[in-house]
Parts: sequence; structure tokens; C-alpha cells
Amino acid sequence: MERHRIVIPDVVIVFAGDSGEGMQLAGVQFAHTSALRGNDIATFPNYPAEIRAPQGTLAGVSSFQLRFGSFEVLTPGDQCDVLVAMNAAALKTHLHLLKRGGILIVNEAGFDRRNLRLAGYPEAENPLTNGSLSDYQLIKLNISQLVGAALADTGLSVREKERMKNMFVLGLLAWLFGRPLETLEELVTAKFRARNPEIAAANSRLLHAGYNFGETSELFASRYEIPQAELAPGVYRSISGNEALVLGFVVAAHKAGLKLFYAGYPITPASEVLHQMSNLLSYDVYPFQAEDEIAAISAAIGAAFGGHLGVTATSGPGFSLMSETLGLAVMLELPLVVCDIQRAGPSTGMPTKPEQADLLQALYGRHGEAPIPVLAAATPADCFQTAYEATRLALHWMTPVIVLSDAFLANGSDLWRIPSVESLPPITPPFATEEHKSNGVFHPYQRDTRGVRPWAIPGTPGFEHRIGGLEKEDITGNVSYDPLNHERMVQLRAAKIEQIAAELPPQTVTLGEPEGELAVVGWGSTYGSIYSAVQECRAQGLPVSHIHLRYLNPLPRNLGQLLRGFRRILVPELNSGHLTQLLRARYLVDAKAYEKVQGIPLTVSELVEVIQERIHHD
Amino acid sequence: MTEALHPSVSAKDYASDQEVRWCPGCGDYAILKQVQTVLAELGVPRENVVFISGIGCSSRFPYYMGTYGLHGIHGRAPAIAYGLKITRPELHVWIVTGDGDGLSIGGNHLIHMLRRNMDVTILLFNNEVYGLTKGQISPTSRPGQRTPSTPWGSFEHPFNPVALAFGAGATFVARTMDRDLAHMRSVLKRAAQHRGAAFVEIYQNCPVFNDGAFFAYTEKESKPDNALFLEHGQPLVFGQNRDRGFVLEGTALRLASFSDGLPANLWIHDETDRTKAALLVQLLGTPDDGLPRPFGVLYADHTRPTYEELLAERRQHLVQHHGGGDLSALLRGKNWWTIGS
Ligand SMILES: Cc1ncc(C[n+]2csc(CCOP(=O)(O)OP(=O)(O)O)c2C)c(N)n1
Ligand code: SF4
Ligand SMILES: [Mg+2]
Repeated sequence: MERHRIVIPDVVIVFAGDSGEGMQLAGVQFAHTSALRGNDIATFPNYPAEIRAPQGTLAGVSSFQLRFGSFEVLTPGDQCDVLVAMNAAALKTHLHLLKRGGILIVNEAGFDRRNLRLAGYPEAENPLTNGSLSDYQLIKLNISQLVGAALADTGLSVREKERMKNMFVLGLLAWLFGRPLETLEELVTAKFRARNPEIAAANSRLLHAGYNFGETSELFASRYEIPQAELAPGVYRSISGNEALVLGFVVAAHKAGLKLFYAGYPITPASEVLHQMSNLLSYDVYPFQAEDEIAAISAAIGAAFGGHLGVTATSGPGFSLMSETLGLAVMLELPLVVCDIQRAGPSTGMPTKPEQADLLQALYGRHGEAPIPVLAAATPADCFQTAYEATRLALHWMTPVIVLSDAFLANGSDLWRIPSVESLPPITPPFATEEHKSNGVFHPYQRDTRGVRPWAIPGTPGFEHRIGGLEKEDITGNVSYDPLNHERMVQLRAAKIEQIAAELPPQTVTLGEPEGELAVVGWGSTYGSIYSAVQECRAQGLPVSHIHLRYLNPLPRNLGQLLRGFRRILVPELNSGHLTQLLRARYLVDAKAYEKVQGIPLTVSELVEVIQERIHHD
Repeated sequence: MTEALHPSVSAKDYASDQEVRWCPGCGDYAILKQVQTVLAELGVPRENVVFISGIGCSSRFPYYMGTYGLHGIHGRAPAIAYGLKITRPELHVWIVTGDGDGLSIGGNHLIHMLRRNMDVTILLFNNEVYGLTKGQISPTSRPGQRTPSTPWGSFEHPFNPVALAFGAGATFVARTMDRDLAHMRSVLKRAAQHRGAAFVEIYQNCPVFNDGAFFAYTEKESKPDNALFLEHGQPLVFGQNRDRGFVLEGTALRLASFSDGLPANLWIHDETDRTKAALLVQLLGTPDDGLPRPFGVLYADHTRPTYEELLAERRQHLVQHHGGGDLSALLRGKNWWTIGS
């Protein structure tokens, strides 16, 4: 039967199921297919901290949110149009995301007595039959049974078949949203072909089964069409924040002509960076799994002393362990980049959930006067630019640099227009030359006009020198306890970091007028939500602008002036007002926070409400 | 060590212009001098040598060397060395640490450096006390030691650094003392030449906070009876009259005294024998128990490859099989597409 096709601008799908049911895989492949199909995408995986939480429980639910559209997609969406719930627990934990009237596809087999009990439904209550889901287009399928039937003539075990249910769902959704089955098939089977051709064949059979089921069953009255997005010409791929960080560092090291030394200690959500780096041995990358984060950052300093690029990435707890060593890096004035991929804290907190509560630690969490440049990435793809820029600053200014990302960016992905390596700004470290000697003697702390000291590398005759954590005498770098020298060195180090702002472009308004009623100021991963909310409010005629900061230290030189051009300043953050405090202290402006510390991203709708309220009721 | 020998260099060429600031009589002076002498003897170009240290009196060492140097933070010298050695394997990296720096706050890095077997030379200055912070107990302090933090006498069980290093998988384990210059020089030279992580415990007198801690082993009168000097291929013999030694009985060391000539069954030192080394590193005699303490190279494994060698091998293998890094292919990843022209 040829179904009616409805054209829609975008769609949000949430795949939710038990952590063993392949929801992440299904989501990733569907996202890829959609990107290849020419849509813009944004994804948000949400998985439990436990590797194998008990099956069927609320804690064991893993989900993947995917949005694709025919315009610039900036967030994975507040709510979804389609929810796939593989069991009762998945429904219970994710139903609130589904829009009224949305499509709800459930696997009936996941709603037996045991599943219902584990999900905490009252005895003899089944949401599938008690009418409670009447607000939605409920599609009940016994996916387990359908899969069993499709694979009846294979030698696969029930367990193996159960694990492939996600493929049937993918096939069905591919039909529903007009995704090319061949692309999906290619992606899915490529994963298994070499290792297990039998599984690959079964997967591909299930994709077809799901697709045909959509076609032949009478469950759906129409199909949907999401036209291609208008994208600038170029080469595209989809990329996660962590992948983008890795590529940013690899390219930056390459541009600078240095080896990339990466040290890390496994921690969610930063481990992926270590894994990816470890795959790049043949790219002049030197990956190293250290015994702890102190070793990781220390090793990065060692590489920097040796004349190469030292990088490490971690999350809050590991970042705290690195504090002392960051102080050493400040003292040594060696280039290095430390990424803090923030997660909800303190302590182990909620290790897979995003939060922005390490900002003040990044800015101030050290002993002594130890200023360090801090940059934040705004989107998954922007992690590339941020890593590249952080490296450039570290190498140009001989300083450690902190990059802030978070669990939302790290695992989420979006579309990335791949830049040409040639188009990126050059990176030229200040290596020591004979000109840095006076009367034949090399002075490691003889600064240039910008306040930057030269980088002399072991192995170079005539430049032998000793540096360390003890305060050093200006110019010679010898140990010094002189009170005035110490004060001078503190000032020189601080002035150097402040001086960076002079080189950076002034802060611009991301969206809206450069002055007026209300500025919504953000940093980091809240970019998409804030931008979309401001866009929506502006469409309603509200006088609001969006300012998004990449540089948190030093702050852009014109920021104070820019902020003072607005009557009100609203700062939404996934913390208790870190940036708000900073802006108030720094510029004496009446910035007001909108704080959210729930381990989940800001939604566009909540921001729209806040903006409306600030404009109308303040 | 592939550099050409610089025949004219002397110990002085390895000194920096900085005034050495240890207390008068500190054992660190002697160690500094011998390290400089050994480097001169080996003729390693100054620019290829890097000294990395942590924090402590001993860790001031790099400032006094005319080589490259990094005075790090407390306990982290081996960790700093990781990144340097991995990216610059050709450099001669020395790590200088103390019993507090290397065994307390930095114990974790020390054992992992030894396990990984990077090609570095580790000097642990053991004075059985925290010198720089004015005399508290360290992980090697002895039971009964009275210090500001143990006014009632310590009751903690100390580490035996050589046993710890051996247990951590070190491929070179040695012990020497600040007051026997010739011995120290020969051990340091062996350590410097070892391919892999060489661990040297140096008994170092701190005249200010723990004076005479090792006198039983270092002073003329008591040394012969308490110090057992090891030499590869030679029997384990000690004593004022060289009349005591060890025989191996089953898996135990037994003390043997003899009056006329060496008995035929005396233990012959074989520094490459892991089983024997396991016994030797445990031999921690004191004047009270009548047993000696071994000095010299206790264990040396010349076969295990270094971390750097293994890494280079992997890299080479990958490049051979998958080609060198193609940056644009890396950026594109597996799935990419073009929009527009
Ligand atoms: C993080 C940190 N904690 C404590 C100290 C203080 N501190 C400096 S040296 C030292 C102990 C040094 O003892 P040891 O390693 O035996 O060296 P020694 O002075 O005896 O040569 C301590 C505790 C420090 N510098 N850093
Ligand atoms: S305190 Fe002890 S170890 Fe430190 S310099 Fe003085 S004598 Fe040497
Ligand atoms: Mg000590």
C-alpha cells in the first residue's frame, strides 16, 4: 500500500531499552544514516553509570536521543516525537519526554509481569492495556516474537536473537522516516562482517524485516519526509565531542611540527579520548595510560619539557588531582593542555551526567597565584576548534591551558564540516635560538615583548638549564627568595595571561543586537539550548540577545563594555551560578543566574519561559 | 650509550654555577661529586642529560648539575620522566628522589616506573628521615626512631627499598653508600649503563636529623662485619677476616663461618639469577642479628626490553601494516560525504 507522505522539518526520536539491548548502537547508526542523507543532526546518549545494571530495572535503562532536520539543528530537542520503549522500565523513565500525540513504539514482550514489577508498576497494572497511554499513538509490537520468526531458520540462539531486536526497530523507523535501507545496512553489517558474518547477515535480514513490516502492516497511516538541510558546501561527517577533541589536538600538533603526547587515566566521560588517541600510534601520537591523573599531567609536563605537545583529559575528580601539578606548569611556563570533561559532582556524583560546576575550579582551583587560560567548547563539533585554539595558545604563550567540555558534548554528536588543515591558523612555538643568549649565556626566563619565555629543548648544546617549582629570579630563572622578585614574577605571569586577550578577537553577540533589553550570556554546552531559546523569543518579538563565551580566562577585552550595553543580564548555567559570580565581580554588572544542577541539559522551553519572565515581570 | 666519548671532559664540566646549599657534612655532596664523575667517565654530552627530581633536600640535585634539569613536585619525578622518555627516548634521564619523595608520596609512580622499565636511572637517597621538613619519620625509618612526629619512638614497619623495587619488577637493583666513593662510583656507572629502569638505593647520612644511621655499614671499624659487598661471579664473603659467607640450603640462606679457605659450596653471586636475587634483597642484616647487608648490584636483568623499545616496535608494526598517518583520511573518518562542489 502506498502511504501518504507528510513533510516535516525535523524529528526527535528516543530509543530506550535495557542497557544490553543495543539502544546506543541503534541510535548512532540511525544518526549516521540521517547525516549521510543530508540532514543536520544532534544526538544525546544517556546511559547508566553501571555497566550491567540489573536487567529490567529503572537503573538499567539506556537511551539515545536523536534529532535530525532540514535546518541547522542545535540541540537534540527538549521532547521527542517518537519514543521506542523496549520494556516497562524504559517507558516509565522516558514517557515524560514524549510529546502529546507522539508515536510510542513498545515491545510488548518487555511488559510481562516480571518487567512490570521491576519497573515499579502496581500489581495487575499494565500501562499498555489500562488506557493511560491514550494521549499517544501507541504501536504495540511483540518485537521479540517478530525477530524470532524472521530468524527462525538460522542457528542463532534465543539470546543472540534477543540482542538483535534493535535492528528490527531500526528497519521499521527507516521505513517510517524514509531513510535509505542500503546505507543503514552498510553501516550495521560493516561492524560485524569481518568478525561474524552470520551475525552480520542476521542483522541485515532484520533491517529488511522491520522495513517490510512497516510497509505491509497497517499500523501507520502515513510516512514522514524530512528534506535535506541547506548546508554550506564542503566535506561533512558526524562527530562526537570527544572525537573532535582528539582530532583538534592531532591537527594542532601536526601544524606545530611536534609529537603529540597524550596521557590519561580512565574516567567517564573522558576515557574515550584515551581510546581514540591509542588508535593513532601511526600518526605521531604517543598515547600513555598513566597510573593516575597526577602521573598523567606530570607526564604531559615531561613531554613539554622535552619540546613536544603534552595533553591530558579527565573529568572532575581527576581534574582535582591535577591541581598541584597545574601549579608547577604555571611556574615552569611550559605549554600543555588539560581537558576537564565535566560531569555531575562533587566526588563520584553522577558520573555519566553533564554539569558545568568545575568552572570556578578551572579558574581558581590552585594554590598560590596561578592564572591559566580557560576555554570552553560550545558544541560537539566545536570541540575540534577549541582543542586547536587551546593548543595554539599554549604553544604561543608557553602556558598550560584548560579546556572545559562536559558529558553532554563528549558523547553527543553533531554534524561537522571538516576544515582543510591549510586553512587553520599557523602554530609557531617560541623555540630558543642563539639570540636568546646574552654574553653567550642562555637565560630561560628572558621574556619577549609579549612576556613569553623561550623554549629550550634538551639535546641542544649550549642551552642547558634547570627549571623547577621554586620561585625563580626574573630573567635568569635561578632560585630566588627575594620578596620583590617574587611579587614581580607573580605579576609577570599574570600579565602574560592577561595579554592573551589583546590578541584575541573581541566578543561578539552570537545572536541579536549588540545592546538592548536583555542579554543571555552562556558558556560551554548550553550553547544550542540558549541559541534556540533566544531565537524563539526573538521570533515572538522579544528584545533579547545571546552572548556565548569561548574564552573564560582571560575574558574578552570588550566584554564589560558589551554587557553594560544591556539593561538586564541573564546567565543560564548547569551549576549554582559560577559565571554569574565572575561577571558580577569582574564588571560590577547586575547579572542574574538561572541555575540548573540536575545532571541534565537545559531545555529550550524552560529557557524561553525564563526569558519571557525576565522581560515581562522583572 | 652511542655517543662518542669526550675524552677531555671532567666532573667539573657537569657542575652548574649554582652554590650548593646542603648542610655541611651532608652525604648529598659526595653523591653529587660521584655522579658528575661518572658522567665525565662515560663522556655523555651534557646537553643529552636530564636530571628530574621531586622535593626534598636530595631533590635539589638538578640545580647543581650543568645539564638539563627539572625540579618537579613532591613524589612526581618518575611521572614527569614518563612523558620525556616516551617522546625523547634518546636522552639520558636521571631521577633523583628521597626516601620520603620516592617511597611515600611518590611510591605509586616509582613502582610503576620500575614495572614499565623505561630507560632511566633512579637514585634514591635514603637517609631514613625527612630532611627538608626537619626530621619527621619516613617510610624507611626504623622502629624506635624518635622524631618530632614520633616523640615516643616510631612503631611503623619500614620499607626495604631494594626489596620493594625488586618486587615492582625492576630490571636493575643496587645498593651503595655515600661514604664509599669507589663503590658508589662503580655502582652508579653500572646503573647508568643499564638498559632499562635502574634503581639504586644510596645510604646517605643526614648529620642534622639522623646522624650515623648507617655507620654500622659505612665506618671502617664496623663496615667489614656488617656490609657484604657483592661481585658478580664471586662468593658471598664478608667479615673483618673474610671468614663468613653464605651457603644456599634449599630455598634458604644459611650463614657459614670458616677458618681455613673458602668452602666449596659457598653461594656465588649471580646478579642475573632472579631466585637468588629474591633472597638477597630480603637480606637486611643489622649489627644486632649478626647478619650483614648486601651492597652492590643485587639484580640485573639484561634481557627485558624497555618500554620505549616496545612502543617503537608497535609503532613500526602499525606503520608497516597500515601506512603512516594520512591526516585528511583521519579527519574524514569512515563515513563522510560532500555537499556542493
Ligand atoms: C605535596 C607536598 N606535601 C608536602 C611537602 C613537604 N615536603 C617537602 S620535602 C618532604 C619530605 C622529603 O623527604 P625525603 O624525600 O626523604 O627527602 P630528604 O629531604 O630527606 O632528602 C616533604 C614532606 C611538599 N613539598 N609537597
Ligand atoms: S637536612 Fe640532612 S639531608 Fe638535608 S641537607 Fe641537611 S644534612 Fe643533608
Ligand atoms: Mg629522606
